Formats: sequence, structure tokens, C-alpha cells
Amino acid sequence: MATLSLRDVRKSFGATQVLHGIELDVADGELVVIVGASGCGKSTLLRIVAGLETATSGQVVINGRDVTELEPADRDIAMVFQNYALYPHMSVFGNMAYGLKIRGMGKAEIEKRVKAAAEILGIGPLLDRKPKQLSGGQRQRVAMGRAIVREPALFLFDEPLSNLDAKLRVQMRAEIRRLQRRLGVTSLFVTHDQVEAMTLGDRLVVMNAGRAAQVAPPMEIFERPADTYVAGFIGSPAMNFIPATLDQGNASARLSDGTLIRFADGPRPGEAGMPLTLGLRPEHVETGDGPDSLPLAVELIEPLGSETVVHGRAASGMAVTARLQGAFSGESLPVRLTPTHLHVFDAETGRRLEP
Amino acid sequence: MSSTTLPATARVPAVRDDALLRATRRRLLISRIIAHGALILGVLIVAFPIWMTLVGSTHDAATIGRGDVPLLPGLHATENYATAWNEGGGRTRTTPASIMLWNSLLMAVLIAVGKIAISILSAYAVVFFSFPGRMAAFWAIFITLMLPVEVRIIPTFQVIVDLNLGNTWAGLVIPLIASATATLLFRQFFLTIPDEFVEAAKIDGAGPLRFLKDVVLPLSLTNIAALFVILFIYGWNQYLWPLLIINDRSMETIVVGLSKMIGSGDSQNEWNTIMATAVLALLPPVLVVALMQRWFVRGLTETEK
Repeated sequence: MATLSLRDVRKSFGATQVLHGIELDVADGELVVIVGASGCGKSTLLRIVAGLETATSGQVVINGRDVTELEPADRDIAMVFQNYALYPHMSVFGNMAYGLKIRGMGKAEIEKRVKAAAEILGIGPLLDRKPKQLSGGQRQRVAMGRAIVREPALFLFDEPLSNLDAKLRVQMRAEIRRLQRRLGVTSLFVTHDQVEAMTLGDRLVVMNAGRAAQVAPPMEIFERPADTYVAGFIGSPAMNFIPATLDQGNASARLSDGTLIRFADGPRPGEAGMPLTLGLRPEHVETGDGPDSLPLAVELIEPLGSETVVHGRAASGMAVTARLQGAFSGESLPVRLTPTHLHVFDAETGRRLEP
Repeated sequence: MSSTTLPATARVPAVRDDALLRATRRRLLISRIIAHGALILGVLIVAFPIWMTLVGSTHDAATIGRGDVPLLPGLHATENYATAWNEGGGRTRTTPASIMLWNSLLMAVLIAVGKIAISILSAYAVVFFSFPGRMAAFWAIFITLMLPVEVRIIPTFQVIVDLNLGNTWAGLVIPLIASATATLLFRQFFLTIPDEFVEAAKIDGAGPLRFLKDVVLPLSLTNIAALFVILFIYGWNQYLWPLLIINDRSMETIVVGLSKMIGSGDSQNEWNTIMATAVLALLPPVLVVALMQRWFVRGLTETEK
């Protein structure tokens, strides 16, 4: 049972600053997912929490105690690595027991804990095997087991699912979530996969170039992305971005071809003529003929079974992606940019503009 | 042109007198004969001197002394080997082979074990720790690779004699222990150990020595075995250094002793005893290679993590 707080954590490698002051508070039992493209600093942040990397400045606080200068072993954490890092010459039992053995725990207690963890993970019959003799999913479970037996205050996951095939990944994802709920251990989970992030996290930290672009629950991030980066990163296919300017009266946006789109939820602050970026998710693009409809020349059709993703281009050259229910075929598709689901961003700063 | 398809279960009837098939078979046969011929010739060239030594060790001194070189074994094997083992050969009864073999064995094992121990530690330091001058240390080790023992033999001799280590095991073994080659090989191997192992061990709470003992050494076992074979033979074959540093005949190694058995030409050499001693000198390295072959090959080829 523990909480984690990061206070203005900064990290530079030489002249390159990779983390620009991260602030984060993780509540007891919460699973927070750090998500971002590669190179955004998410793994570095996790490694700083683990103590494998030293922050240039800032504080890491676990359960009210400043652990910034402590060794990894003394931080009461357990970590699951991307390639599992199971010692190849030790049996599954040996791998899970190693940390406890070093701590000087008694044999009987070690055995009890390893057995219990193996039971939870369903790897009881594998305890005598070597990692080499295990499948990817089993190795993943052993890596989890090694973390569980420690009974740590904090679980750290460094992209633990990225070495699994797609089907197993979905299965293990659900399993990790269930396990984390059941054990109630505070967890930090790093991934580059937005689906993983959305499904696993109580809250998400979307990172961009060493900054936390947004920290919020998954649905809030989806519905009210804080900036264009978050908006484009979360959601698949990615959100359509349409350049526009703020029209006189601040109540509508004007597209480059002169079309006016009225904001459904009220006027935005700013000066008339200010450049905007309008965001509209592909599933919110409505189809159908009408006075305000925009004909799209269809460039690519991706049938996904229950739905179809259509990539098209408007006469003005603007690329639009639409996600339609059911099948679709055809050369052109009339769409309407419905104002009800429109996201409005300041084109210069990329920040979201609320009414 | 008409194309035909075969019925599903039909087999093509053999063409009688198929010239292409015959030519193909002949070509295969010829290439096989050439390959085997070359290999057999190679084996003969390598094996013949050893056969000569073996045969020579089974005749009496007179037969070889006459200048006849027999190609078939004689009847004096037991006495020749007994002489070599118990008394030594040559006109001035050198050290018995039993003692020299023991000396060589001790020297070779000490050198191999010492080299492995020291190079594992230095490679471990260079790979897993970051300290000022790390790369300088590595390059310093690496550069010594380019200096053969013979180049530094006079200063080394001076140092050992000044330390009063002449005619001692320490004086014989220690200068041969520092090994750039083994350090380099271990460094390359350690570099292939994923960083995650180091990090997992840190989180498990294993300190540097614990990590070395529990993870690095078990993973290096095959490499250690392979290196042991190479270094054992390297140690066994040492000639110049033992010749310089050891004057006490009871500490003589077999390679040195063997060459001392062969006189300068003013009298008859006891070739039969010399050859028997040579065969005895051959056995331990052969045994080490044969017994450790499986490990040896795995250590040099396998990169399984």
C-alpha cells in the first residue's frame, strides 16, 4: 500500500534535456500508464523511479519518503522488464526466489511466497523449468511472479507486453489489470501502445518530448485532449486536423475555402482571424448529402469487418479520414464536419481552446 | 507446345537410358572422390610424423641408430616407456618424464586458471563499471596484445630475478598470467549480457560481487571452458620462459626437457626414449581437448542467452 509522488523531476544526458520537470501523484492502489512515442522520455522517467537512473534534479517520493538517493533495492519496488530479464541459468523457482534469497529471507518463507505467486499466475507446474523452455506468455508470467513475491510498495512495468504476439498481448493485458486490482499494488506502466494505455490505466500520462502533455483518466483524454499532440496520439485512426481561423464574433471557425463552422458549445476566446486547428475524430465524421457537405475523393478503403475506414481528400486538398459503420465502396464520399464533436485548438501553441 | 498435367496419383515412368541422369551421377561421384581424396591426403600429412614418433618409441635404440626408419611398430614399447617414465633419456640421464609431466601439468593449470581469473576480473571491471579512465584501462590492456612475450622477456627476466623469484613456481607462472587475449574475449562476451540482467539484479539487491558469482560466472561457463583448453595448451607449450627462469632440473617442464634430451651431435641420441617422452608429452593436451571438446566447441560458437 503506497503512494508515489514525483516533484519537478528533470533529467539531462549531457547537453540534451530529456525530462523537463515532471510532476505526478499516484494514489494508493492506482495504475497510472505513461504513454508516448519512442524517445519521449517515458522509459527514462520509469527508470528514475526505479533508481536505475539518477534524476538531474527533482524528488521521487514513495509512501511519503524521499527515495531519490536510495539504491533500487532499498526503494521497495519491483520491476517487470520489456524482455523479462529472467536469468537464463536459473529455474523459474530460482528466478522468483533470487531477490528474496539476497534479502536473507528464510527458506520456508521463500518457498511459501513463490508457491503462492505461482498459484496466482498459474505457473505452478513450471517452477523447475529454465526460462529457455518457456513460451513468451509463460516468461511474461514468471517476470510478473518475480515482482509479486517481493510484495513491493510499487510495481513498475517497462513495456512488458511489447514482445508478445497480438493475441497474447490482449490476453496478458487483461490479466495484468485483474492481478493489479486483486493485489491492489500501486503501479506505473510504461507503453507506447495507446490501446494498452487506454484499457489498462486508471489515469494516463501522455508524454511528449520530455513533458507530461496531459495527466487524466483515459476517457477524459479521449474526449478533451489538452493539445493537438495528445489529440493525434490517442485514438485510432488518428484525429483529422483541419486548419481554420477564428471568425468575427468568436462563435465560428472559417475554413480555407470559406466554409463557416459554428461552434456547438459556445464561442472561443481569442481575436478574430487567429489561426486555429480544428480536430474531428474519424468516427465523428458524418456522411450524407446536404447543403454543407464536402465531397471527398476516396483514396483508400480499409475494411475492418464491422466498420470501414475511408481515407479521402477534399477539393481544397485537405485529407480527411472517416470511420463508417458497415461496408463501403465507391469513388467519392460526401461528408459533413459536424460541429458537435469538434475540438478546437490554438494553431500556434497547440493548446485546447475551451468555450 | 502442349502442356500436360499428371493425374493425381500417377508416377512418372523411369526413362530408359537416361543420359542426363547418368551424367549427373557421374559428376557427383567424381566430386566426391576429389573431396575425399583431398581430405585423406591432408590427414596423412598431419598424422604421419605422429605415426613415426609412435613407431619410433617402440623400437630399441640400435634400430633407429642404424638409420633405418621402420614404418611398423616394434617390440620394445614397454621398456622404452618405462625408461622414459622412470629415468629419463639422453646420455646424461635427464629428469624422469613423470616429474617433468607433473611440472608441466602444474604450470599449465596454474597459468590457465590464473589467466582466466585475472581476465574475468579485469573484463568485469571494464564492462560493468564506469570509472574514470575506463577506456584508457581497456586500451592499455588491448595494446599489450600486440607485444609478444619474447619482446618483453629481458625486462621481465630482470624483474623476476631482482625479486628473487628465479627457480620458483611464482617466478615461472606469474609473468605468463596477464592476458590481453582472454580479457578481450571476456569483455566481448560480457558485452552481450543484456543490461536488463544488471538492472534486474540491482532491483533484486545483488551487489557487484554477488552479481558476478550468481549471474555472470554461470553464464560464462562455456566460455571459461573453451578458454581453459586454449590456455592450458598455451601454458603446456611454453618453452622460452621456463628455459630461462628454471635451472633446477627437478622443476624442468617436459617441453624444455624434451629439447634438452637431444644432444648437440657429439654422441648418439637415444631416439627411442626421446620419442617415448614425446608421446607422453603429447598425451595431456590431447586428453584435455578430447574431454572438453563439447564445451570447447559450444564456448566458441554458441551465443545463446
